[in-house]
Amino acid sequence: MTGINTNTQQKTVFQMEAVSKTYDMGEVKVRALRSIDLELFEGELIVLLGPSGSGKSTLLNILGGLDVPTEGKVWFKGRDLTLASDAALTQFRREYVGFVFQFYNLIPSLTAKENVALVTEIASHPMRPREALGLVGLDDRIDHFPAQLSGGEQQRVAIARAIAKRPQVLLCDEPTGALDFQTGKRVLEAIERVNKELGTTTAIITHNAGIAAMADKVITMRSGEITHIKHNRVKVTPSELEW
Amino acid sequence: MNCLDRKLWRDLLRQWGQLIAIALVVSCGIASFVMSASAYDSLKLTQTAYYDRYRFAEVFASLKRAPESLRDRIAEIPGVAQTQTRIVVDVIVSIPEKVQPATGRMISLPSVQNPMLNDIYIRRGRYIEAGKADEVLISEAFAEANHLDLGDTLGAVINGRWQKLRIVGIAISPEYVYEIRGGGSLSPDNERFGILWIEREALANAFNMDGAFNNVTLTLSRDAKEEYVIDRLDRIIEPYGGLGAYPRADQLSNYIVSNEIKELENMATVIPTLFLAIAAFLLNVVLSRLIATQREQIAILKAFGYTKAAIGFHYLKFVMAIVLCGATLGTILGLWMGNGLTGIYADLFSFPLFRYNADWRVVFSAICISILGGVIGGLKSVYKAVSLPPAVAMRPEPPPEFKPTLVERWGLQKLFSPAGRIILRNLERKPIQASLSILGIALAVAILLTGRYFEDAITHLVEVQFRHVQREDLTIVFNEPRPARTRYEVAQLPGVIRSEVFRSVPAKLRYEHYQHRIGLTGIQANGELLRPIDRDLNRVNLPPDGVVLTKKLAEILHVKPGDLLTVEVLEADRPVRSIRVVGLVDELMGLSAYMEINALNRLMREGQTISGAYLSVDANLADKLYTRLKEIPAIAAFTTRQAALDSFNEMSGRNMRIMTLVLVTFASIITFSVVYNSARIALSERSRELASLRILGFTKGEIAFILLGEQAILILLAIPIGFALGYSFAAFMSAAYNQELFRLPLIVTKSAYAFTFLVTLITAFISGFIIRRQLNNLDLIAVLKTRE
Ligand SMILES: Nc1ncnc2c1ncn2[C@@H]1O[C@H](COP(=O)(O)OP(=O)(O)O)[C@@H](O)[C@H]1O
Ligand SMILES: [Mg+2]
Repeated sequence: MTGINTNTQQKTVFQMEAVSKTYDMGEVKVRALRSIDLELFEGELIVLLGPSGSGKSTLLNILGGLDVPTEGKVWFKGRDLTLASDAALTQFRREYVGFVFQFYNLIPSLTAKENVALVTEIASHPMRPREALGLVGLDDRIDHFPAQLSGGEQQRVAIARAIAKRPQVLLCDEPTGALDFQTGKRVLEAIERVNKELGTTTAIITHNAGIAAMADKVITMRSGEITHIKHNRVKVTPSELEW
Repeated sequence: MNCLDRKLWRDLLRQWGQLIAIALVVSCGIASFVMSASAYDSLKLTQTAYYDRYRFAEVFASLKRAPESLRDRIAEIPGVAQTQTRIVVDVIVSIPEKVQPATGRMISLPSVQNPMLNDIYIRRGRYIEAGKADEVLISEAFAEANHLDLGDTLGAVINGRWQKLRIVGIAISPEYVYEIRGGGSLSPDNERFGILWIEREALANAFNMDGAFNNVTLTLSRDAKEEYVIDRLDRIIEPYGGLGAYPRADQLSNYIVSNEIKELENMATVIPTLFLAIAAFLLNVVLSRLIATQREQIAILKAFGYTKAAIGFHYLKFVMAIVLCGATLGTILGLWMGNGLTGIYADLFSFPLFRYNADWRVVFSAICISILGGVIGGLKSVYKAVSLPPAVAMRPEPPPEFKPTLVERWGLQKLFSPAGRIILRNLERKPIQASLSILGIALAVAILLTGRYFEDAITHLVEVQFRHVQREDLTIVFNEPRPARTRYEVAQLPGVIRSEVFRSVPAKLRYEHYQHRIGLTGIQANGELLRPIDRDLNRVNLPPDGVVLTKKLAEILHVKPGDLLTVEVLEADRPVRSIRVVGLVDELMGLSAYMEINALNRLMREGQTISGAYLSVDANLADKLYTRLKEIPAIAAFTTRQAALDSFNEMSGRNMRIMTLVLVTFASIITFSVVYNSARIALSERSRELASLRILGFTKGEIAFILLGEQAILILLAIPIGFALGYSFAAFMSAAYNQELFRLPLIVTKSAYAFTFLVTLITAFISGFIIRRQLNNLDLIAVLKTRE
């Protein structure tokens, strides 16, 4: 146990108001998000839980400026993201956001190190790519191409890529989904370290309720709605997690 | 090197085979363009340089005989720069060991060589020595055709006496790039007509031209008015039997050379431009698809904060790398072939000098067009990908809409295997992509067909001209018009099976302000040896009055049947008459104005008079006939149809065939590239799906069937469309090649279709074979590692 969260009066980083997202598929409309209201604070570590298809990725993508809501408002530190131009959203992502995608999305023609460098090259205070890969335990794989890495290794490269730029916001879509227990823990440790040392606001999507114990705030979703928000008064370190 | 550049580099290397195929499309487009354009430019330049250096005259006139003192009056015409008087006479020449006689045009030379108008360039040997009346220089083509060399002797009937002439030099002149005697024929017969340059004094003595001349040529000062000078000159020489002065544009050799070059211009502009445009379009389609396969990567770059501009620039470099590779190769190839082609032409024209010049603007514009095609295509896809929110672009492109295919709605699906159904659905769900693929392949098929078109058009042209129109074996021309009864003597000549007489009169035809110098040809109405024909190869009957014109000539003069033409005869008393256009003929070569021979005699207010005859000859007795013809001084010249055919095949025919070969080669490469890329990109787009099918238990054969079957359907759909497009390109070419020298008929033969079909099929099989091998390397594990 590391202690009690006493920072409830922190600054708001994200604020969502009545956010809906509908995918228009011609005859069918998929309502991925239904009028979501949410507030996330600086330095918070959030875990999003919920069954597949409940809208977690959609929510995260909207927070990260990868997608825009159909209705509602999203603010980042007082700036309205829903009004931002495409160029402004690009700038926002470039400066503040680190992503770990559910499907890794590595560039196949670049090595592990180069995939990380791709992001650090355009960041203002990045780590060295080697250092970031070290954090996820991939020191000995830095010159491998994605096709030469296992699924889990690819996922760790994706995480190194996300944290290497020391982002203010870290958004991770099922970062441990393909990892074994031990590696999963190492990855979560790396994420937690960035969260703690840099004060990075971090959101992690997972199927794994066990991981929720390391969060400040646990959000549970179902059918595009938030059904439950739980504040952990006590959080555990990843090394103490059990699942 | 930053990471994006490294990615660029690796992407280029990884897909090298495919990218080279794409670059080759650019190369072919640019090479054909640069080749033809530079050859055309160079040839014009060479022609001008040759004319300038050897002082080719600008106005020409012949007359009967005028005293040398007239020269000063001519030189005083305002606008005349230099004046040259000459003696020019056509004589019968006998060549040792040759049965057939030839016509030699003897042209006077000053006894000491000095820079003169229509100067000669001595290829071999030397200039004539002053006072040696038996020394001649002869024209190169004539020497070659008759295997004559320095030191050989010729016999010539000079003023009724046989005389021996010794060849001391072989020369060429800008005035006789094509050595054509005139009087209707537009193709040289170098065996039977050549130029002999001889000392003026010798010629003057022999032809009673002491202190006189019968030919004058002029150059003009910069600000001269050509028409005015011609008019004044005509008036000065008229009392001396002047035959009508004419400008350089009407000078026969120059007329043909210029027309040949003009044809090349057509070839140099129309097809290569078409090629280039199609190459640019194909580049557009291919690159746009190729880059569309990187859609997810583009989305990732954007997700991480790369700006649209940065991503656009990255792919711009990718496109430029391909296009510039292709452009470099194409330019080098184009310049090399352009140089070669100019050389071939310069050789054909026997230009003594050779200027090769590629207009950098031409090269540059060709490259720009290619870049434009590539960049638009590539960036279109980049733009499409970056305009989407990254979250959307990162997902595989959604299937447009779920809907049973036509086949399924009609309940025919049971006829198809699961693999067959996959093919059908895929085609039906991506109609735009499928149509673009079809259009791309169809265009490639079309240019292939267009390339073949020329070959067939020329073959047809030759067939029409030398089988249907001209059917004589031999044409004889008298040195002056003869009474009609001469025909009986002609008919009596040994070996003559059939003879038909003709009358030809040099004239200028005028209608309103349009005019053209052309011989009126009077032929027998029922003649079998020269038959004017219409488009359907049916004989056009000559009415007892009026003139029948080649359609192209009617176009030039802006007349239609029923209009009244003014005829200015350029012979004898030079009468000016009116004559009605009574019909048109569709001949494909040259320009003609036919009349019934008696009508022409009436127009000339002469008795029954003939200028020569068409003969059909018994091949076994031909030699005997030639021997006999040689002895008849009244026969100024004769030409064989075979020689005209050979010379056509050697000139225009050969040029066209060289071009055809080049174009068909290029078109084949383009076809291969397009077919291969279409299949290869489909493989990239669907490798995940195909690998999944493999995992589900489909065999390699079955997935190959899915991928290649779809391509086969696209190709089969594209071929008829390509045929239709190709046919319309051919129609376009046929319209563009509506020249004075010849016109290309719109003929697309079965063999052209078959050839195109075959080439397309072969490229399809080769592509299929390569793709089939690549399918074996499909990475099944990659599919398992990522995604659902
Ligand atoms: N681009 C899209 N087009 C159409 N439907 C989508 C799209 N993205 C997500 N969806 C749908 O929206 C719902 C929520 O998806 P998602 O947010 O990915 O769920 P989760 O991440 O919780 O599994 C699902 O029903 C999914 O099918
Ligand atoms: Mg998800």
